[in-house]
Amino acid sequence: MKLTKLLAGAALALGLASTAMAADKTKVGFIYVGPINDGGWSQHHHESAKKMAEHFGDKVELVYQESVPEGADAERAITQMALQGADIIFTTSFGYMDATLNVAKKFPKVKFEHATGYKTAPNMSAYSARFYEGRAVTGFIAGKMTKSNKIGYIGSFPIPEVIRGINSTYIHAKKANPDVKISVIWLNTWFDPAKEADATQALLDQGVDVVLAHTDSTAPLAVLEKNGGYGFGQAADMIEFAPKPRLSSIIDNWAPYYIQEVQAVIDGTWASHNAWDGISTGMVGIGEITDAVPAEVKAEALAMKEAIAKGEYHPFTGPLNKQDGSPWLADGEVADDGTLAGLNFYVEGVDGDIPQ
Amino acid sequence: MIRLEKRPQPSRAWSMATPVLAVIATMVFGGLLFAALGKNPFQSIETIFWEPLFGEFSFYYRPQLLVKGAPLVLIAIGLSLGFRAGIWNIGAEGQYIMGAIAGAGVGLAFYPLDAWYVFPLMVIAGALGGWAWAMLPALLKVKFGTNEILVSLMLVYVAEQLLASMSLGLLKNPEGFGFPGSRNLNDYAAGNSWIAQDIGLHWGVAAALIAVIFAYVLLNRHMAGFQIRLSGEAPRAARFAGVNPTRLILLCLGLAGALAGMAGLFEVSGPAGQVSIDFNVGYGFTAIIVAFLGRLHPVGILLAAALMALTYIGGEIAQGNLGLPAAAIQVFQGMLLFFLLALDLLTNYRLRRTVTEGN
Repeated sequence: MKLTKLLAGAALALGLASTAMAADKTKVGFIYVGPINDGGWSQHHHESAKKMAEHFGDKVELVYQESVPEGADAERAITQMALQGADIIFTTSFGYMDATLNVAKKFPKVKFEHATGYKTAPNMSAYSARFYEGRAVTGFIAGKMTKSNKIGYIGSFPIPEVIRGINSTYIHAKKANPDVKISVIWLNTWFDPAKEADATQALLDQGVDVVLAHTDSTAPLAVLEKNGGYGFGQAADMIEFAPKPRLSSIIDNWAPYYIQEVQAVIDGTWASHNAWDGISTGMVGIGEITDAVPAEVKAEALAMKEAIAKGEYHPFTGPLNKQDGSPWLADGEVADDGTLAGLNFYVEGVDGDIPQ
Repeated sequence: MIRLEKRPQPSRAWSMATPVLAVIATMVFGGLLFAALGKNPFQSIETIFWEPLFGEFSFYYRPQLLVKGAPLVLIAIGLSLGFRAGIWNIGAEGQYIMGAIAGAGVGLAFYPLDAWYVFPLMVIAGALGGWAWAMLPALLKVKFGTNEILVSLMLVYVAEQLLASMSLGLLKNPEGFGFPGSRNLNDYAAGNSWIAQDIGLHWGVAAALIAVIFAYVLLNRHMAGFQIRLSGEAPRAARFAGVNPTRLILLCLGLAGALAGMAGLFEVSGPAGQVSIDFNVGYGFTAIIVAFLGRLHPVGILLAAALMALTYIGGEIAQGNLGLPAAAIQVFQGMLLFFLLALDLLTNYRLRRTVTEGN
């Protein structure tokens, strides 16, 4: 293939050029699915990226492109960054997976890091966070706080990451409150404040009084603030909605990981891997639990967080059945990472179907 | 005082000149916008218009212009036929999606069979998918007099739901670990649309050029083309001339749907590679702008699509190189349509100085 050669040649030339310059500067690229001020997912990646750049100071040049659609356009955006001489490129949404892999093949000298996917290559790593650990804590609080025994969950895309979150939320809400029911609404988008607000209102209309979101904007909290009910910060702390409706939050803290990976590129020790960190390394953080939550509930939630951090407790511990009642995990059995990575079923007690 | 006076005939000269003026006005005001954002306006404009064509990495960007422009041309050509006849198909995005689903579905059904006839069958299925989706508003309009603007637009959202359902169910990659999205057709030699990927050439680019020629001949040399033009320009005369409105509606919407469907198929089997939940990125809507920017003329549409593709690719480069926000690029593209519409006033009106008596 001519293009491959051409691009590889260009990449090589750039690679040489940038190694010549690398003595002073490493170019780090980021691709975001939303705008950098979405208040959630993309903003947090960007803030972590800026922290990384601050950490390295003059040694690193940060470039980024925001609101890149997942699909054919992503491949061009990533290629463009590689052409411009980026040494490492972080693509921060699931839908960039195949595009990242395609570009990685053409630029063997450039390092690629894809968030929340499963495909890797010699110059492409995958990284993700065990958000389900945070979901366990917020799910527990949600179960304690609901008065109507109905909690709601705004799902983005029915991918394993989101399904893990729903299951973990429900399992721990039920631990806190055996009568709890969960309603899930799927939006098929990561960022659409209008749809997220509508979904929140629809849940409230069904009698739900605690809403958890797996989408990226602050719209659900804004609706809850106006019309009552509790919610949680997602991806970002969203502390501006505390103490009500925001009870706590799941914070994605990518900065330590970005610093570690960029350092590895600078040192020449970077190697392809599949990273999956959680509360223990600080990649998943729990935001301050506000005073709207009773003290004993807060204490229990924090104890759970500690247990997860120390590895004493795994959020997916048996006995657990699948939604259809068939057994999944025996008493005391812990889910393995392979199953969790491809999780595509609800646990028993969750109503509704995963869109197929 | 300056007042507007309606021209007896729209001015041909102004009709040709306004798109050029609109581009110039967009450059000027876009430059001001970029300056207000603290960026060098000349460098920004140069990056958007020059860099993709003649910059350091133009060897990569020029082919990308074809990739980005081809679906716009295909869809806009189809739309322009209807628009000329006063038939407003706003739902090309849905027809594009249905073409992609139908075409990719056929391809995936044959996977991994390596036969020459797989791709032609996919193209036919893609065209039929888009055609069938366009027939819904067409038949409803013919039978019940429903408004095709509303019906075709609403069907976009139905198509999006079907797309999500296909990515998660029927067409899901069996080796994808439960993640949504079909197999990648780029890994299936018999089922992808690339002719020569290194120069951005896929069958959609070829089809777009054929469509331009076809539309030109149809409009200028063919009875159906005459009827389309007549219905738009003089509906009463068309009726007296024996134009059958039912046939015209079915023809225009059908052609637009088939072309949009083919655009979807070429995209899904080439640049996009797979059926996924967010496969569609708005080509069907952007094509409406392209159709009008190109004056509903086949050659004009070709040029307009090239210009839109340029602002997309140049805009992305400006984001990456200069740190311009994505929203600023969208405003810039919006300006283009805004100035075109504003300057279009001069096509139909002329400016006259009014002299008040007694002065």
